[in-house]
Amino acid sequence: MTAASGRAVGNSTVATVDWAALLKDAVIAALVAILLALPLVGVETYDVGGGALGIRTHFDRVAIAAAAVFAGRLALQIRQRFLRRGESRIAAILSRLTAWSNRQALRLTIAGVAFAAALPFLPFSSRYLIDLATTVLIYVMLGWGLNVVVGLAGLLDLGYVAFYAVGAYTFALSARDLGLTFWQALPLSGLVAASFGVILGFPVLRLRGDYLAIVTLGFGEIIRIVLLNWSPVTGGPNGISDIPRPSFFGLPFARSAPEGVTTFHQFFGFEFSPNQRVTYIYFVILTLALVTNLFTLRLRRLPIGRAWEALREDEVACRALGINPTNVKLSAFGIGAMLGGFAGCFFATRQGFISPESFTFIESATILAIVVLGGMGSQMGVVLAAILLVTLPEFGRAFAEFRMLIFGAAMVAIMVWRPRGLLAHREPSLLLAPRSTRGS
Amino acid sequence: MAYFLQQLINGLTLGSIYGLIAIGYTMVYGIIGMINFAHGEIYMIGAFISIIALLVLGLIGVSYVPLALALVLLTAMLFTAIYGWTVERVAYRPLRGSFRLAPLISAIGTSIFLQNYVQILQGARGKPMPPLVQGGFTIFESGGFAVRLSYLQLLIMLVTLALMAGFSTLIATTPLGRAQRACEQDMQMASLLGIDVDRVISMTFVMGAALAAVAGLMVTLYYGVVDFFIGFLAGVKAFTAAVLGGIGSLPGAMLGGILIGLIEAFWSGYFSVDYKDVSVFVVLILVLVFRPTGLLGRPELEKV
Repeated sequence: MTAASGRAVGNSTVATVDWAALLKDAVIAALVAILLALPLVGVETYDVGGGALGIRTHFDRVAIAAAAVFAGRLALQIRQRFLRRGESRIAAILSRLTAWSNRQALRLTIAGVAFAAALPFLPFSSRYLIDLATTVLIYVMLGWGLNVVVGLAGLLDLGYVAFYAVGAYTFALSARDLGLTFWQALPLSGLVAASFGVILGFPVLRLRGDYLAIVTLGFGEIIRIVLLNWSPVTGGPNGISDIPRPSFFGLPFARSAPEGVTTFHQFFGFEFSPNQRVTYIYFVILTLALVTNLFTLRLRRLPIGRAWEALREDEVACRALGINPTNVKLSAFGIGAMLGGFAGCFFATRQGFISPESFTFIESATILAIVVLGGMGSQMGVVLAAILLVTLPEFGRAFAEFRMLIFGAAMVAIMVWRPRGLLAHREPSLLLAPRSTRGS
Repeated sequence: MAYFLQQLINGLTLGSIYGLIAIGYTMVYGIIGMINFAHGEIYMIGAFISIIALLVLGLIGVSYVPLALALVLLTAMLFTAIYGWTVERVAYRPLRGSFRLAPLISAIGTSIFLQNYVQILQGARGKPMPPLVQGGFTIFESGGFAVRLSYLQLLIMLVTLALMAGFSTLIATTPLGRAQRACEQDMQMASLLGIDVDRVISMTFVMGAALAAVAGLMVTLYYGVVDFFIGFLAGVKAFTAAVLGGIGSLPGAMLGGILIGLIEAFWSGYFSVDYKDVSVFVVLILVLVFRPTGLLGRPELEKV
């Protein structure tokens, strides 16, 4: 073995690679993989009818899994041995990208907004594309909302979808029972969601980070179970349908309107096309998302925003400096909830139908993943992550089955590889000294 | 009275299962101070491995029920423990010492991964299990209502009791248990005194997973059906149990599990089945707000 490891030494700067240890390590990993795969991959249960189960064996798959783990582990180890000194290339590219996007933030934002505004009129645009972009923007908005709570204030909220649901149901119920339109209900949705946030936040915000996470998760489930079971009001599992669409300053988007109402295409003298409504809805969410972004960016510059960031970094120090942590956290929680409520209101009007099924824990996890993958506190990162997570499954429908599997694995991998997210932005918005004087 | 007694028996059975899962949460939290969010999924995997082991044994021709159950128990504990070990190794160990939310997010990712892993491999539909342990006896009858204690319920409670006794002895008397208690008090000091902290943490995950596998087998026998989604709710409930009993405390986890089981049984027996899960979440919130240290827990000191 010494001969083999001797040959591996290319030059004196590379440490001696102990191939025997590497191989042993990879073999152990493969053995563990075999043990893991044997019961669940190797044996498949299936219904044989009559409430009985049969089994099929797939030992070939176990062998493939073991081989893959062996090769993967070996490659990873070798890579680690040779890259120990320097940062890996992708990580270097990402850090440079982060720095670049921070420097060019203004230009990038203008370019992004211009592209988003022009999207419906570009030659390759289609109804499908606009629909997809609308979905992306909903997640961008939710991500920005949650970013206030998780990214800025450092509170892990696993029940964010509850506020989204509250906003959606507020609009659906007020439209059904009070006859409110989308634009009348929008502020109401935000207000109701914010009050839910404050009501929940008041007792629980004294808790430690991970306790808070579980309590918010429980709260999200409570809201969902209540929506599911309170049938007389919420319609139970059937949800609420026929939610009104938004109008353009009172002009509805319809082929024909009832007597005395002018429709959008009549007023402007256009030919009627269902795409007009889709495009309009797209612009509504684009506006909402941009307002959200502007709002949070301004908040960051306010004392309250600075208190959030300070609290995220060190709660004890904050308390010593006279910041009341409960109030500061409560404001972050309430504002995050309000933004979620706005997004929920929009979601209801866009779908025209809502049911508790749209507001499960997995939705909360998706929004959290967007914030985390993008880099907590980074507005640009959220956009990047939302585009990635929403469009990825669209590319290969064959992948659809594996979507959540990859999703979960990616969450783990990114935490292990870059715990601060892809475009990490943890620099405080306020610095005492100019940046150039710090460090090197 | 009879109805009350019946709910008590049901609640104790359910509580035993929650208690077994809660021990995994409480031990991990006691030592490394993180919520192992994927623990519910480990329990679900334990349930699936039990079903598969039973089917395989049936094919081989082991038909003597006590022998089959014992074999299934051991197989499930072994394989599930390997899952627990791997999860710690892959998803948590690299993050030790990272910023405080990182392990939790990694755990959520693991949980989503494992759920979908099982769903893809074994299908999304519930897996039925024919009842293996049948029969029981009537404790007493009043007004036409018979209070029944099935052999299965008795078995679940006895196995839980035996495991609890075994694990308490293990923690109290063996070198491994001593090392675990040392790590719980002060991990850095323990490592300075020659304790292999990594190994102790690995063993903690292995033990927690093995107990969750027992809970998985019990729930499979009790309800007769499992699917890939059972881990989520059971996990949250067991975590609630661990918090209620005082996180970090072994008897607390058991006590909390039994209390949660009782609350759930009485709530669905006397109020409404639809909202039984709400009752558990409300208990969780109330406990955390009014007594964050739980019933048997020690207050946590925040050191700066």
